[in-house]
Amino acid sequence: MNDNIPQESENKDRDQDRYSKKLDNAGQYLSFTLGREEYGVDILRVQEIRSWEPVSRIPNVPAYEKGVVNLRGSIVPIIDLRERFKLKSADYTLLTVVVVLQTGDSKKLRTMGVVVDSVSDVISVDKTKIQNAPDFGTKISNEFISGLVSVNERMVMLLDVDKLLKLEDLDQNEN
Amino acid sequence: MSIDMSQFHQVFFEECFEGLEAMEAGLLNLDMGDIDSEVINTIFRGAHSIKGGSGTFGFSVVADFTHIMETLLDEMRDGRRKVTQTAVNVLLGSVDCLREMLTSIQNEQAIEEASVAKHKAALEQELNGLAKTEHSSVPAPIAISAIETTETDDLNDTEGFELNEPGWKIAFCPYLDLLKTGNDPVRMFRELAELGELTALPNIQDIPSIYELDPEECNIFWDLKVTGDIPIEEIKEIFNWVEGDCELDIQALVVQATKPAPAIKAVDPEPELEANPEPAPVILSVSIAEPMDSQVAAVKDPVKLLQTEAEQTKNVVQVASSIRVDTAKIDALINMVGEVVITQSMLGLVGENFSMDKVDLLKKGLAQLERHTRDLQQSVMNVRMLPISFVFSRFPRLVHDISSKLGKKIELKLVGENTEIDKSVVELINDPLVHLIRNSLDHGIEMPADRVAAGKPETGIIELRAYHRGGHIVIEIIDDGHGLDRKKLISKAIEKGLIEDNATLTDKQTFELIFMPGFSTAEKLTDISGRGVGMDVVRRNIEALGGNIEIASEVGKGTTIAIHLPLTLAILDGQSVAVGDETYIVPLVSIIESINITEKMLNKVAGKGETFRLRNQYIPIIRMHKIFNVQPRNTSKMAEGVIVVVEGQGVLCGLFVDDLLGQQQVVIKSLEANYRRVEGVSGATILGDGSVALILDVPGLVRFSSR
Repeated sequence: MNDNIPQESENKDRDQDRYSKKLDNAGQYLSFTLGREEYGVDILRVQEIRSWEPVSRIPNVPAYEKGVVNLRGSIVPIIDLRERFKLKSADYTLLTVVVVLQTGDSKKLRTMGVVVDSVSDVISVDKTKIQNAPDFGTKISNEFISGLVSVNERMVMLLDVDKLLKLEDLDQNEN
Repeated sequence: MSIDMSQFHQVFFEECFEGLEAMEAGLLNLDMGDIDSEVINTIFRGAHSIKGGSGTFGFSVVADFTHIMETLLDEMRDGRRKVTQTAVNVLLGSVDCLREMLTSIQNEQAIEEASVAKHKAALEQELNGLAKTEHSSVPAPIAISAIETTETDDLNDTEGFELNEPGWKIAFCPYLDLLKTGNDPVRMFRELAELGELTALPNIQDIPSIYELDPEECNIFWDLKVTGDIPIEEIKEIFNWVEGDCELDIQALVVQATKPAPAIKAVDPEPELEANPEPAPVILSVSIAEPMDSQVAAVKDPVKLLQTEAEQTKNVVQVASSIRVDTAKIDALINMVGEVVITQSMLGLVGENFSMDKVDLLKKGLAQLERHTRDLQQSVMNVRMLPISFVFSRFPRLVHDISSKLGKKIELKLVGENTEIDKSVVELINDPLVHLIRNSLDHGIEMPADRVAAGKPETGIIELRAYHRGGHIVIEIIDDGHGLDRKKLISKAIEKGLIEDNATLTDKQTFELIFMPGFSTAEKLTDISGRGVGMDVVRRNIEALGGNIEIASEVGKGTTIAIHLPLTLAILDGQSVAVGDETYIVPLVSIIESINITEKMLNKVAGKGETFRLRNQYIPIIRMHKIFNVQPRNTSKMAEGVIVVVEGQGVLCGLFVDDLLGQQQVVIKSLEANYRRVEGVSGATILGDGSVALILDVPGLVRFSSR
């Protein structure tokens, strides 16, 4: 128990930090890698980061929907981002990371996990510096990418979490 | 002092719906021959509380409407009016109308003016029509209470003193604690102002200095003057709430009066004689019902109430649901939590400076913890349990309405209303039950003449019976009507092309026919039933709840429909089965048996579909690993796996799995909360080792595999 206390206050500091930054037209993103590419998601959508653990498979769903895990009593689906983006799939190792993301509005909040190679950093991005994703035509789908940004000479693709976590038939089945 | 009233709206609506239900029950219980004044009182109180509440919250449409009902009821209560069946029917209609109005207000929709006006007119007609005859024939027969007597005298004796307009002069002198009783003079003045022109002169001489002022005390008194042609009853009506909390002096300002009318004094009368004084208009409490009345009326649920409404309006927004719980249950829960905390601190003590000689103590503590946890689980589940009377209580009305519409004589018997069942089941079982009862009313029970001809009593009986049986609740709908006619069912089924011409069916299979979509034997369509939609939906709904439905019937004797439901939707008895590396849960209710067969027993249909023969019946086999795309642990040899024979929607089917693992109770978790519906899977659960197992949806699997 005691170990958590300093961390909590640190979190609070960070929250405050984050909040003040937000006011300054800046956003913070969690960046992670898939192969040699670097991606970022809005850090406010990140619930937690976990290590990979075996999932229970769901029958007859696309291959990138790996299955479901028990996350403190709720059933959370896990999506493999490499397969979702049609990259070469990699073996899961001890270092494979699951980023648990939240999507949806306050009325219906969904929690989902995405499998990535590793998380790298929390980056602060000036929102005015975000560049629109280039249009590659139909060859390469950029539907999940909300923008590009350059951090230390590296290109980071910022992902639109809501679109990313919108699974096929998901909302259709709700009705 | 302004309070945000909207925070009380939810409570107000709950109270209103409760009141309406009580009124409805009371009206249905009225026996024309022998009027029980207590019943009328109950009805009156319901109307009165709704009126008071809606006035407070500013729903004047409701208040006005209820006012007319109340006047009518008041006269019935005093014996000034005879209770007639027409009057009761008008009142029942008004109850419905009120319910619609309240629902509309609750959902912030527009009130249907036309229907309100219609019911209002009916009420007024009832009120005036009879009032006339009363005046002409019987002079007020029964002694009216003391106040009223003076009042009548006043009216007769009043000799004029010169004033320009008719009206009333009211000296209103509230006691200090008037505000604490929840009354608001301003509201009363507003009502007065609606009656006529109001002049209010506050007298503030008694107001203490600011330091001594207690804002909760009412230090002002008023001289009020209302002008207009207003009956005194209406004035008194307004002050009804504060009787006993004020000094009140009402004088008439009568044209051509010659001397001051004697005052009608209603100074602190006897403490209310009626069983129930009106509740203060703003009711703050009410999450927890007193144990006493919870026995009788326990938990009311706005959502459930709305569901019947949904039948008519189809457009009802679901409100945040709440639940009222017997305080005894809460106490038990708190008690259990206390025990758990004690055990936990005991274990904490053992854990400090642990040494091997404390192992026994630890074991004992853990055993205690286990027991307490189980008890706690049970208590928590108990909180969700409601007596089934919540569903049953609306059926007397349904039967009353429909039987009079059909011209049949039907008596409804309710048995086992106190049987408890999970709240979520209660909410979902209502519509299927309504459907089944309508069916019994319409198709089951014969017309009185036919019944007499068949040598049966004229009045048909429908019995609704609920009881527990082995972890399940059974609800039976028993009618003594003409029963299901085998021949008619079969010929109808052949006509509709549902079965082959020369099919021979067992009784059970024949009755199964009525669950087929589009099947109806009714000769004519009525607005009650006979469209042939329904029984299949009923069955689907019940199976979605994890239950099943059975029919037994004998021609000429009647029909019994039995519904078996799980006690709760949160926990399920399951059989875990292994398919490859995956574990699935098969609900125990749907399992008939598990057997081991060999390849030799397999028969192929059209080279593909596999069946095997189980006691004179060919049963299709679903290979789980195939339809779920799992690598099987065993080679797909029949002898190495197990066939679990399951029943879904009346169809038998064999699930081929690798192994049976064990039976256990599992807690059902939603897969849809974060994910989506998966075909053949009804939910998920977490196993002892923390991993997730999917719960199979047997009817879904049967459908899925037949594609």
